[in-house]
Amino acid sequence: MTAYLLRRTAFLVVSLLLAAAVLFLLLRLLPGDPANSLLSVGATPDQIAAARHQIGTDRPLAAQFVSWIGQMATFDLGTSFVSTLPVGPEIASRLAVTVPLTLLSFALAVVVALPVGFVAAHKADTWYGTLLSGVSQLGIAVPVFWVGMLLITVFSLSLRVLPAGGFPQDDWADPAQALTSLVLPVVTIALVMAASLIRYVRSATLDVLGSDYLRTSRALGSSFARAMWRHGLRNAIVPVISILGIELATTFLGAVVVESVFALPGLGGMLVKGLAQHDYPVIQGILFVSTLVVLVIGFVADLAQRLIDPRLRHSLARDAR
Amino acid sequence: MSAQARTARRRSLPLTAGCVLVGLVVAVAVVSLFWVPFTPDDTSGDRLMPPGLPHLLGTDKLGRDLLTQLMIGARIALAAGAGSVVLGGVIGLAAGLAAGFATRWLDDVVSALLDILIAFPTLLLAMLVAATQTASLTSAIVAIGLAMSAIVARLTRVLVKRVLAQDYITASRTSGTSWPRVIAEHVLPNIWPTLTVNLALQFGLAVLAEASLSYLGLGAPPPNASWGRMLAEAQASVFIAPVGVIAPGVLIVLLVVGVNLVADGLRDVADPTRRRRRR
Repeated sequence: MTAYLLRRTAFLVVSLLLAAAVLFLLLRLLPGDPANSLLSVGATPDQIAAARHQIGTDRPLAAQFVSWIGQMATFDLGTSFVSTLPVGPEIASRLAVTVPLTLLSFALAVVVALPVGFVAAHKADTWYGTLLSGVSQLGIAVPVFWVGMLLITVFSLSLRVLPAGGFPQDDWADPAQALTSLVLPVVTIALVMAASLIRYVRSATLDVLGSDYLRTSRALGSSFARAMWRHGLRNAIVPVISILGIELATTFLGAVVVESVFALPGLGGMLVKGLAQHDYPVIQGILFVSTLVVLVIGFVADLAQRLIDPRLRHSLARDAR
Repeated sequence: MSAQARTARRRSLPLTAGCVLVGLVVAVAVVSLFWVPFTPDDTSGDRLMPPGLPHLLGTDKLGRDLLTQLMIGARIALAAGAGSVVLGGVIGLAAGLAAGFATRWLDDVVSALLDILIAFPTLLLAMLVAATQTASLTSAIVAIGLAMSAIVARLTRVLVKRVLAQDYITASRTSGTSWPRVIAEHVLPNIWPTLTVNLALQFGLAVLAEASLSYLGLGAPPPNASWGRMLAEAQASVFIAPVGVIAPGVLIVLLVVGVNLVADGLRDVADPTRRRRRR
């Protein structure tokens, strides 16, 4: 386990460095000069050169990359080209919206999907089992932003019970108000996410229900509930955990679209604005933090799987990945 | 009807239903190549008209005919799906084959790269690519296709490794068959069924990704009506002209459900063991 932990941590660090390099290069391929965002139309060549010097884009690429990685190592994400404010604190304040949004949606989706997926498999032959599978089939085909639009129409515009978008100016100073403005976005993401989770839970449960070990356990006199608890759940949960990791990461980054539907001041809005203004430190900072989050989620999901399933612990790390 | 025939019919039901749904959208797209009620940039109609004559489904906030836009949108959705699948499929297959055959350390490097690419979801990658060019249908397809290629490559790699471990490959090599022939005669035919099912699912995901991108303004620019952008534009006038908010969304769902049903149907045809288990 220690050897695996070391290997996996090394993989995490190398991945992060690689991702940072890819990000950095990809951004430099963006057409358009960030210096232009600082200046008004009709700036003289001298002014453009001065602006480039000020933000450091006149230095060689390698030098820019090294100083950027150096900054990252000390948790300094640089300053925005456009607003000249430090990027780190702004990202942190945006995360105060995006992280609760992601975690609440995720929790709601899991709470809905686990029992529904189980029932859809256990009762696959009944009309409601079929209905549940059908609904989840429909759910994975629905664009998430459309769900948001429809929910706004019903709950904000028609019934007027929930805000259509926005977030309190003072963030979480009034938690009730902040939570209220997150209700519709959370439900939107959770609905779409639960639909795809249900399918995975259902298929993992079907595998277990058809397994020899469950039949043996029943034949030896265990009740269905006990056989499921002792043997079924542990087996079914392993593939589901790796899916959960991927889903959590997807939600975190997919929040971009939903934040835009509900005009939430999250990471997504900041990224869209940064892209439009060619604000390299902002884009790099957000993508770096996002990549870090995504890689750490994958790391935790892998570890959790190993803790639950001893077979993975004893097999070669290579095959398990 | 015998039990066997009944199962066979139930099995083909998703495939049939899926083909009908996808066929409908394809038919609309084909018709739109030859005939649409109005030209897409014709703003002569009154704004936000309800369904009626001459605008069967009404007009949008600029007075453009909704039916026309929906028909052209079908073309764009299918182009986005097909373009991404072809691009992602070709790159992914090539990379996956290479990784599947590669020596251990090269395979490690490629797998690590793929893991990182996959950790980066389609939408974010697509936003980056779309931002490196001016947003267009092509930039959206390139972005979605590239993101997809990582997923296809990872799947191909696993499938290739599984086939290469079989005894018949060793037998074939021992009797002097060249690697290219082994690939053509044994590897590709064996991985093809699973790959096709996955590509069908990816087609649906590509349609959804394109809708999201154009909703954010990173897809096909006007007057090309993409369903995603139609939704973004109609959002403000949902009570005056509800058709504009409902119709494009319903069409996206129908197309993606159709494609997913086709994928399910193909999977049941391709994998008899799964079929038995499911029943």
